[in-house]
Amino acid sequence: MNIVVLIKPTPDITKVKFDIEKGTVNRASTNLEINPFDLYAIEVAKRIKKLFGGTIVSISMAPPQAEVALRDALARGVDRAILLSDRRFAGADTLATSYTLASAIRKLGSFDIILCGEKSVDGDTAHVGPEVAELLRVPHASFVTQVSRFDKDRIVVESDYGDAYYEIELRLPALVALSRPLMFLGETVEPSIPKVGDVLRARRAKIEVWSADDLKDVADLNRLGILGSPTRVVKSYYALESGREAKVVRGIEGVSTVLQALKELGVL
Amino acid sequence: MSWSGVAVYVENYGRGPSKASFELLGKAREIAAKIGGFVHAIVLLDKEVEKCADVLVAYGADEVIVYRVEDRELPNLLIHKCSLVDAIKQLMPKLVLFPATPWGRSLAPRVAASIGAGLTADCLDVYVDDSGDIVQVRPAFTGNIIAHIKTITHPVMTTVRPGVFPVPKPDFSRKGRVIEKVLNSNMCPSAKEGYRVLGLSREKKVRIQEARVIVSIGRGVKSREDIKLFEELAKELGAQLACSKPLVDAGWMEKDFQVGFSGNIVKPKVYIALGISGAPQHIAGMKDSDFVISVNTDPSAPIARYSNIFVVGDMYEFAKKLLDAVRTLKGVGN
Ligand SMILES: Cc1cc2nc3c(=O)[nH]c(=O)nc-3n(C[C@H](O)[C@H](O)[C@H](O)COP(=O)(O)OP(=O)(O)OC[C@H]3O[C@@H](n4cnc5c(N)ncnc54)[C@H](O)[C@@H]3O)c2cc1C
Ligand SMILES: Nc1ncnc2c1ncn2[C@@H]1O[C@H](COP(=O)(O)O)[C@@H](O)[C@H]1O
Repeated sequence: MNIVVLIKPTPDITKVKFDIEKGTVNRASTNLEINPFDLYAIEVAKRIKKLFGGTIVSISMAPPQAEVALRDALARGVDRAILLSDRRFAGADTLATSYTLASAIRKLGSFDIILCGEKSVDGDTAHVGPEVAELLRVPHASFVTQVSRFDKDRIVVESDYGDAYYEIELRLPALVALSRPLMFLGETVEPSIPKVGDVLRARRAKIEVWSADDLKDVADLNRLGILGSPTRVVKSYYALESGREAKVVRGIEGVSTVLQALKELGVL
Repeated sequence: MSWSGVAVYVENYGRGPSKASFELLGKAREIAAKIGGFVHAIVLLDKEVEKCADVLVAYGADEVIVYRVEDRELPNLLIHKCSLVDAIKQLMPKLVLFPATPWGRSLAPRVAASIGAGLTADCLDVYVDDSGDIVQVRPAFTGNIIAHIKTITHPVMTTVRPGVFPVPKPDFSRKGRVIEKVLNSNMCPSAKEGYRVLGLSREKKVRIQEARVIVSIGRGVKSREDIKLFEELAKELGAQLACSKPLVDAGWMEKDFQVGFSGNIVKPKVYIALGISGAPQHIAGMKDSDFVISVNTDPSAPIARYSNIFVVGDMYEFAKKLLDAVRTLKGVGN
């Protein structure tokens, strides 16, 4: 099986600093790590490889400092990590990002399955998986909570549609965007902690860096980066200022205050 | 022909057109009044076309575009995509709205990629600015940042978070037009072999997004058995029980009960957070609640900043005393 994993290096959302005035993110304030949902994609990739053999290639589009995250991916069991990094990729929205990732997959050649996370903690769109699938003209399922069958040419997954969960059969090659909690053939999938030996090996491993020129044969360079992005942020601001001034109460007094409030709010 | 009007994708699997779709029709009317053009509702249907179309017109559609399918209840994502691509090419709407349900968020990006359009995810608002441009408002960075986004190509495509716009009042005297379409198989080759819905796998046990009052419990809960106490409190308050992520991770609660970035976004009248610290991923799911009450032993817990009433104290003691008080109150009322 040729397994592709899409890994987005993202800032640690609990540590990243926001410029509250400007509503922007200080990207230098924390390291880039693997998007938490993508850890599940790596884990599933390893299980597929165990069953069928093959190779796991990860693709990431990110600035050069994302290398640390890619070494982490290698330590976790990815065989080959490719970093798409070039000024010309900068400013990409989800459409341009997906186009770039899909082009890189084309350049790799054939694939059986592409695994990615349900969404990223920074972009938070859940677009990239379905868009990559569309650009490569393969079926996909998003918000996948279970992989219940895996054959050489088809798989069965459970996908959250919103109102209920549905069972879907996809013909391979296909793309699957993984949610959590997640099951794979009846077993719960949790990201595992890499072994020290693997971490050391990954530290010396090679990260392939591809530039826009490397995609020349498979991509229209005008569709990359900001050039290829139809959406523009015109304004942003910090959202977590709540403006609420809590009335602080203690112990038993709390119960009567809450009781009173619930009456006023019409709950009681 | 030039780009004009607003198209709404009507999500219509399972039980029928979703509430979120009606919310979008209301918003579409408001936007069409500013940018001109029709409100088109695009829907995939198996039967009772007229009945459904009448309802969509009553809620705000001028034109209902119906694609006939056999599998309304078990929808094929690829066929929905092909239908939408076809509809958008013919209608040329300036704006296309999808509900930001998991299904909508799975479908819209495929449509966008197919036609090379920009797409903005999970918006909290869409408005027309002074220069007549459509602006989309969305949270990013796990809800930490709100961004206003313009799309510089046509059409503008947006998924909108369910529940942010009201369902409009239907007007059954409104008149509209129905256009029936058939997708011929060469427009959507290999859709059926590529993607097959085998059936409903699991129903959702709860829909906490719709609850008016929520009692939400976090890692302050010490054991699985203890959940009963809070369940009782929720019941007594006529509230829905919910939780933070660690309780789902521990296997004590199901994911459908989880509030937050990777769970459900809720907006109840009253949100009661017991033993929840207020991590940004949790706040992202509940900060728009009308009134927040939280109970925490730690006076410095971040949830305090998002609360209207912050009780410093033990959640167990609080729950027991409140339960007693509520029962006494109800007893007196009888
Ligand atoms: C990608 C990602 C997505 C995530 N998505 C979500 C999400 O959707 N929802 C979510 O909730 N979290 C999410 N998280 C996790 C989040 O970061 C926090 O870990 C989580 O919200 C913490 O839950 P908590 O407040 O219940 O636990 P803690 O942070 O451990 O807080 C427990 C609180 O209980 C208080 N307490 C303890 N005992 C008592 C007592 N007897 N009485 C009263 N108070 C007591 C403590 O003082 C503390 O403040 C996500 C994390 C990641 C990385
Ligand atoms: N720049 C990127 N590089 C690699 N994978 C990505 C990138 N952006 C998004 N993805 C993948 O797409 C998923 C959804 O991300 P998003 O659409 O940003 O919410 C992520 O979980 C990743 O698997």
